[in-house]
Amino acid sequence: MATNDFRTSAPPRGEIDGINLPKPEIFTLDNGIEVYLLSIGTEDMMKVDIAFEAGKVFEKQPLVSLFTSKCLIEGTKKFKAAEIAERVDFYGAHLNTFNTADNAQVSLYCLNKHLGSLLPVMQEVALQPVFPEEEVNTIVAKTREEFLIKLEKVDFLANQAFQTLAYGKDHPYCASVVAEDYDNLNSGLLKGFFGQHYFQGKIRIVVSGRVPENTDKLLNQYFGAHQVYPQKNQVVVPPGQATLGEHFILKENALQSAMQIGKPFINKLHPDYHKAKIMNTLFGGYFGSRLMTNIREDKGYTYGIRSVMLTMMQSGLFYITAQVGSEVTQKAVDEVFYEIKRLQTEPVEQEELDLVKNYLMGGFLRSADGPFALAELVKGVAEYNLGMDFYNSYIKTIKTITPEEIQHMAVKYLQPDSLIKVVAGKK
Amino acid sequence: MINFEKFTLRNGLRMIVHHDNSTPIAAMNIIYDVGARDEDPEKTGFAHLFEHLMFGGSINIPKYDEPLEKAGGENNAFTSNDVTNYYLTLPKQNLETGFWLESDRMLQLAFSEKSLEVQRNVVTEEFRQSYLNQPYGDVWLMLRPLAYKVHPYQWPTIGKEISHIQNASMEDVRAFYKKFYNPENAIVVVAGDVHSDEILKLAEKWFAPIDNTGKNERNLPVEPAQTEQRTLEAVRNVPASAIYKVWHTCSRNHPDYHATDLLSDILGNGNSSRFYDQLIKNKKLFTSLDAYIMGSFDNGLFVVSGKIANGTSMKDAETAIETEISRIAIDLVAERELEKVKNKVESNLVFARMNVLDKAMSLAFAGLLGDPSDVNFEGDKYRAVSSQKLRETAQKMFQPTNCSTLYYLKKN
Repeated sequence: MATNDFRTSAPPRGEIDGINLPKPEIFTLDNGIEVYLLSIGTEDMMKVDIAFEAGKVFEKQPLVSLFTSKCLIEGTKKFKAAEIAERVDFYGAHLNTFNTADNAQVSLYCLNKHLGSLLPVMQEVALQPVFPEEEVNTIVAKTREEFLIKLEKVDFLANQAFQTLAYGKDHPYCASVVAEDYDNLNSGLLKGFFGQHYFQGKIRIVVSGRVPENTDKLLNQYFGAHQVYPQKNQVVVPPGQATLGEHFILKENALQSAMQIGKPFINKLHPDYHKAKIMNTLFGGYFGSRLMTNIREDKGYTYGIRSVMLTMMQSGLFYITAQVGSEVTQKAVDEVFYEIKRLQTEPVEQEELDLVKNYLMGGFLRSADGPFALAELVKGVAEYNLGMDFYNSYIKTIKTITPEEIQHMAVKYLQPDSLIKVVAGKK
Repeated sequence: MINFEKFTLRNGLRMIVHHDNSTPIAAMNIIYDVGARDEDPEKTGFAHLFEHLMFGGSINIPKYDEPLEKAGGENNAFTSNDVTNYYLTLPKQNLETGFWLESDRMLQLAFSEKSLEVQRNVVTEEFRQSYLNQPYGDVWLMLRPLAYKVHPYQWPTIGKEISHIQNASMEDVRAFYKKFYNPENAIVVVAGDVHSDEILKLAEKWFAPIDNTGKNERNLPVEPAQTEQRTLEAVRNVPASAIYKVWHTCSRNHPDYHATDLLSDILGNGNSSRFYDQLIKNKKLFTSLDAYIMGSFDNGLFVVSGKIANGTSMKDAETAIETEISRIAIDLVAERELEKVKNKVESNLVFARMNVLDKAMSLAFAGLLGDPSDVNFEGDKYRAVSSQKLRETAQKMFQPTNCSTLYYLKKN
């Protein structure tokens, strides 16, 4: 057997330099709806996303925006729910609705050859939903059952409590609900919400894939004639009323506890966002992070622990989350604070920071790989009225950030007494 | 169409190369021919525990993840009842780092007591998080031994019980590695903007010097035909009762596989399926009801699982499932409905070609099952299924004596 000396050190690595992001083509339909089009890819398939300013932040009653978007596919002027489902499945497509804190989105994912057969369905779903009472009630009942099942999970309980503590129960961004909220829904509320919010405000279409030639004409035909009202009275979200301190949620007989530790945080529009994001990656945002290395790989307290930054239009959240053995819960929490302290008091070694930088550059390359991944990047900035330049500044920040800046971010944003601490589990 | 070239190194390691110049990312997928089915019945959960240990350091590399992250890469792995699959993606220019890492842990792992101790704990927490501390999490711990009396599919990949994990010794782990982590027991797929000659060179450098210590010959007991209905009842603290019915069905390579898969699509896949349309939306007997096949390499299971709506009795729920099952075994499926599920398969096959990692994984699985070129004929095989074939397959499979049922009742 040959000598194995060559195995003792890593093969040479190449730097990942700047990434040339393809620029989407931007145009407007006859009624002013903005379209972003990204035509790349190797397969004859595509995705059409339509986003409305109709997320949770606009609702007056819990769950109304969620069920409005869920029930778009439950019947329209022309089609019954079953007909929509059958037609979408027949063409091997996916037609999904999503609802976030700020937006509602309808997405179509299909082979190019079926676009012409599917756009009429998508048009109906987005423009002419009727929210039939019986269908709405069935979906509400079904989702309520799923909610009751989630209430049996410690991580869900911890998150519900955390949301309430971070923002306050009635805050527009507080994503915590109770079973009774489902009982207060009805078809009329959804109709009202749709009428009031879906065509007021900015509507944005993102098309991606190996997009066929005539797609712009088809989009104009199906979505360009509807009357839209781009001026919308924006909801101004007040800052949350965080309730600090330690909170415990009892779940009898739980074998593990879920912990969630965090606070309302900066969002994409904040000048510190990229730096904080890099600090968060190093702290708990990848497999080799400080939290994983200590609490999983050294101590074996958990199957997984991570820290997360969520961004919304007018707020953000930061939290650490894990499910840990009941008997080691306190030890795991202590280790989290130990790691925060370490990040605040000791500058990161250059070698560790370089590793994180390379990991993030590779990660960015992956997040820009292929048309649908790129479409997500486009949406990720368009929503905030940011340009693709946002990503160039992200890359620049990765390349230039120093150990001192990481430490400064940790000192500025992770003060232990600014964090809400929730544990759900048994006593 | 997924193009590929293949070659075999002198130590028996099979290599497959797929060329795709549309991406800066390269993928490497290594499938080892070992899964939970290869475990000792008294030492279950080993293949999966072992997968964790594969990240604990090899002879020349103390930590697997660090050098990969430094090269801008990312990786993961999973264990099934049939295989253990490792995969990574990285910027193409750093592909050799993948060869270095993967060949070193095929060459020789460096087990430490500490790493074993920690991973025993991590896997114990995974067992709790995914199986024990979850509503309905213990279903397969009960269903598998109900359906399989002889074949090792009778335990899930996590293992029969936590004690098997906690008792794993260093000696057990070493023996497992020696038996299964052998070049002849693996397939390596590389996909990206790469050519087979450069991959051959890298493979010769990194993998070819690893000794072949002999291929594991698998000799598993065959599950005898089930001849009586089996039932089991469990009462748990859950918000809704649930029902699980499984029927024995063919293996992944059997000619009936595609018809069986389409049957599950017609019954329970998506919002236009019979279960969703009839039993969830129309009759409101269930809040969820799915049908799927396990897709296992050896004879598998056809699964129907449902959460029962408040106010529906277990008996009515079961009767409703049985009615749909007998309908599909008696009446021919209409042309349009058959066309629909075939179209869905067609687009899903295209979706699965969207990135190099998915393509690498498909090639690896097909390669282990016998022939990587099968990835390009799957669509035709689904297209060829007729309504008559569906009925015939359903009649053969949906015999009451071939069925095991778990009644999962909510405590009240």
